[in-house]
Amino acid sequence: MRRPPKESNDSARRITRRSLVLGAGQLGVIGVLGWRMHEMQVEQAEEFRFLAEENRISLRLIPPERGMIFDMNGVRLAVNEQVYRIVMLREDAGNVDEALARLRHVVTLEDGVIERAREEVMRRPAFVPVTIVDRVNWEDIARVSANAPALPGIFAEVGLSRMYPLGADTAHVVGYVGPVSDSDLARLETPDPVLRLPRFQIGKTGVENRLEDQLRGSAGTTRLEVNAVGRVMRELGRVEGTRGANVQLTIDSRLQSYVEARMEGESAAAIVMDCDTGNLLAVGNAPSFDPNLFVRGISVADWRALNENRYRPLAAKAVQGTYPPGSTFKMVTALAAFEAGVVTPEETVRCPGHMDVSGHRFHCWRRGGHGNMNFHESLKQSCDVYYYEIAQRVGIDAIAAMARKLGIGVRPDIEMSALAQGLAPDRAWKQSVRGESWRIGDTVNASIGQGYVLSSPLQLAIMTARLATGRNIMPRLVHKIDGVEQPYKGGESLGLNENDLRRVRASMYGVCNHERGTAFGSRIVAEGMRMAGKTGTSQVRRITAEERARGVLSTEDLPWERRNHALWVNYAPDEAPKFAVAVVVEHGGGGSSVAAPIGRDITLQALYDGPPPLEAYPANVRARIAEQQERIRNHVPVGGVTSERA
Amino acid sequence: MSYLEYNVKYVPAGIRKLLYVDWAVVLLIIAAASMGFLMLYSISGGRAHVWMEPQLKRFGLGLVAMLVVAMVPIWFWRNMAALAYCVSLVLLIAVEFVGQTNMGAQRWLNLGFIELQPSELMKVALVMFLAAYYDWLPLGKTSHPFWVLLPVVFILTPTALVLGQPDLGTAALILAAGGAMMFVAGVHWAYFATVIGAAAGGIYAVLASRGTEWQILLDYQYRRIDTFLDPAADPLGAGYNIAQAKIALGSGGWTGRGFMQGTQSRLNFIPEKHTDFIFTTLAEEFGFLGSFALLALYGLIMFFCIASALTQKDRFAALVTLGVAINFFLYFAINMAMVMGLVPVVGVPLPLVSYGGTAMMVLLLSFGLMQSAHVHRPR
Repeated sequence: MRRPPKESNDSARRITRRSLVLGAGQLGVIGVLGWRMHEMQVEQAEEFRFLAEENRISLRLIPPERGMIFDMNGVRLAVNEQVYRIVMLREDAGNVDEALARLRHVVTLEDGVIERAREEVMRRPAFVPVTIVDRVNWEDIARVSANAPALPGIFAEVGLSRMYPLGADTAHVVGYVGPVSDSDLARLETPDPVLRLPRFQIGKTGVENRLEDQLRGSAGTTRLEVNAVGRVMRELGRVEGTRGANVQLTIDSRLQSYVEARMEGESAAAIVMDCDTGNLLAVGNAPSFDPNLFVRGISVADWRALNENRYRPLAAKAVQGTYPPGSTFKMVTALAAFEAGVVTPEETVRCPGHMDVSGHRFHCWRRGGHGNMNFHESLKQSCDVYYYEIAQRVGIDAIAAMARKLGIGVRPDIEMSALAQGLAPDRAWKQSVRGESWRIGDTVNASIGQGYVLSSPLQLAIMTARLATGRNIMPRLVHKIDGVEQPYKGGESLGLNENDLRRVRASMYGVCNHERGTAFGSRIVAEGMRMAGKTGTSQVRRITAEERARGVLSTEDLPWERRNHALWVNYAPDEAPKFAVAVVVEHGGGGSSVAAPIGRDITLQALYDGPPPLEAYPANVRARIAEQQERIRNHVPVGGVTSERA
Repeated sequence: MSYLEYNVKYVPAGIRKLLYVDWAVVLLIIAAASMGFLMLYSISGGRAHVWMEPQLKRFGLGLVAMLVVAMVPIWFWRNMAALAYCVSLVLLIAVEFVGQTNMGAQRWLNLGFIELQPSELMKVALVMFLAAYYDWLPLGKTSHPFWVLLPVVFILTPTALVLGQPDLGTAALILAAGGAMMFVAGVHWAYFATVIGAAAGGIYAVLASRGTEWQILLDYQYRRIDTFLDPAADPLGAGYNIAQAKIALGSGGWTGRGFMQGTQSRLNFIPEKHTDFIFTTLAEEFGFLGSFALLALYGLIMFFCIASALTQKDRFAALVTLGVAINFFLYFAINMAMVMGLVPVVGVPLPLVSYGGTAMMVLLLSFGLMQSAHVHRPR
């Protein structure tokens, strides 16, 4: 059957028409596609190119090596130790279970380590190395390396970790580092991105914390090309960071260790300060703790043990603890009175053992009284009534001003955490803080360093150094940063009357070297090494009338936390003061019996720059001292490394 | 039907037929495919054996097959049309039961010597069948409702089967190609206007009902529609691929980042980079010039096909040529629009360029039909 040509022509015409319409539509679509290409590839190219670069390039930080911390003599107090970890790379390991099982044969692993590692390995992409065990000892690492052919995908990696060679002995001064916490980050306005690296550690306390910025250094960066799943393809460029600055402290680590050892068994604090420069040679806190525990991540049990210890090992008592200074405050009261001219040094006050002030009876520590006392005798024998009297004459505001001049109630500025301000109370303070007016009884209490007066051991040392020199000595802990000597502050004259100062010093000398002095038993007999000091015994709470009626209880009869604090301050040598020392023994009992001997031993150790000869001690104590020296020689700091490894 | 049915003055015979092949189209096809080989070489990181060599072999085979098909008279293919459609339909049904699942969809039929995608075959078969249908149908009945309904059934049956696999992209292609065939065959405008209007109204109703009492779909279905239409709303999930594809495309700039220098594809940011998203690599490495060149090649192929169709006096030959062109157009238009973020992502390869066996073979065979019509057209 042939089709009529007409129909065929008609059909062709119709198809032609429709295909032209279709072709036009298609041309339109092609136009849209071309326009879109132009828009994306020409007009928005920059934007997309940027996004592509951002996709491709990963900027990674190279953590800087933390600066080291040394003592005055170059002894290392904080170092970076190489630590080894065993790492697994899944893509090289083949059968993960088999590889881990073989690893178990090679090194001994704790329970659960394998399971945890396995989970982690399977969770991460195959090209990410996963740490199986951290802080592996050298023997295990050697064994892993020796068995490398049998352990595909398992290898040892080396990293740096903070280590404190002297352990507990320098724990409070140096402080410690730990993992960066959210609160650490929140405290900083613009946290260094390096802080967000896993494993990165930040200074938590002490110098580590206060000099964090200098110690940390700055991170380097490496520009890596990464693919869609994050695998590194190659390094495009690298900018090296700078390592943290080394810090040299004024601390003398040998003396520091001696102080720690000498106070062992007590809850105590001690400061040794250079009278001239303010350099802190030792900042002792007993008991202490092993800072290395915190670097590694402290266990719950260790943490609880430290926290629940009633001697509070974590507290830096030397700078953070505040105590009523007790009789060590008497120099302040006396100087204020002399300055005001309300009493002359020769004038005597009768001490009947107590004094009645506006209906209250204030007792002297000696129940029977001291009789007639001039200033010299009153300080030597620590008569309280004398100070009750002169304090009422001069008034609390003058005493508080003198206290602040000598450093009590002023927050010292050194590179440690949690520095206590202490308190030199006056009328304005009581009115504004307590909302009460000052009473005369408050003055009487304050005159002997009780009541509201509070001082840290560091402030007592500052006070002693200023008394010894008459100059505005400021404490100094950091000697050099990155080799640059740090400035000395203060040192100018306090403007005190030199005669008054000389009298106070002479009386402090009497305390140690006159037979009736409260610290005569703790004197130094070596020529040119004699010290001048003052004992203090401060009440933790008021003794009730009832207790007094029953008779004074001996220290041993009281529970520990109700015993008096024992305090001691001194400087030595008397003729040319070199060191100022302050000692506080919490609930130690009496200043003369407990704190003064510690102060003397520390002073001698500092003066002789090592163990002093027994001849420096009075003959009657030499045997005991020899024993003590032997014991201290064997002291090993908690968590420290033995000398041959250090 | 016999040879004499055609109003033939002169038809080349024997080996001389080769001279009458539309060589311009063949050359354009080879040019487009060559860009594909280049891209496959680049994407595999210079390892030719991974994708480029198999693709080359298949292309060579396909080219030969195309010429073989071209040598066979077009009336033979017209006679085969119904058979081809029926076989394809049977295979589509078979794949439902014995097909191999790949990426969640049943698409493959393992015939032992070859893995076959019946849906690809159906694209050509449907075009052939509809061309034959309208060739057979007297011209006056073209717009008669019954004779309109019949091809609609022919189109919707395979569409539904493919949609059930589920393969949304191919189903859309089949539907669009079938519709376009009916359009060029001369079905009345009003039918298209009605269908398009109804579809638009239905979609509007579904979308407008959202959140009202007479909501048509369930909430989660709406959410899926949302991500489908706007993948950017889910940049780490469904939107990730398209976002990365756009970055690759856009970062090409005028001249591209250079051969084998595309970071997006080399670093695996691009999904399916050797198949559906191959255009992004081309655009990234050769820039606007490269991608526009490919678009121009495609446009020229379209132009020559339509030009060939317009010279045809025979209805079947003209319609089959146009059908081949329509299929080809839908392929590249949807693929390009998809990677450029103009339409939602559906699985449609870039013709002649994407790596893949069945699609390439079927495409070249369909060009064989077009060539057969071209060679055997009456002069």
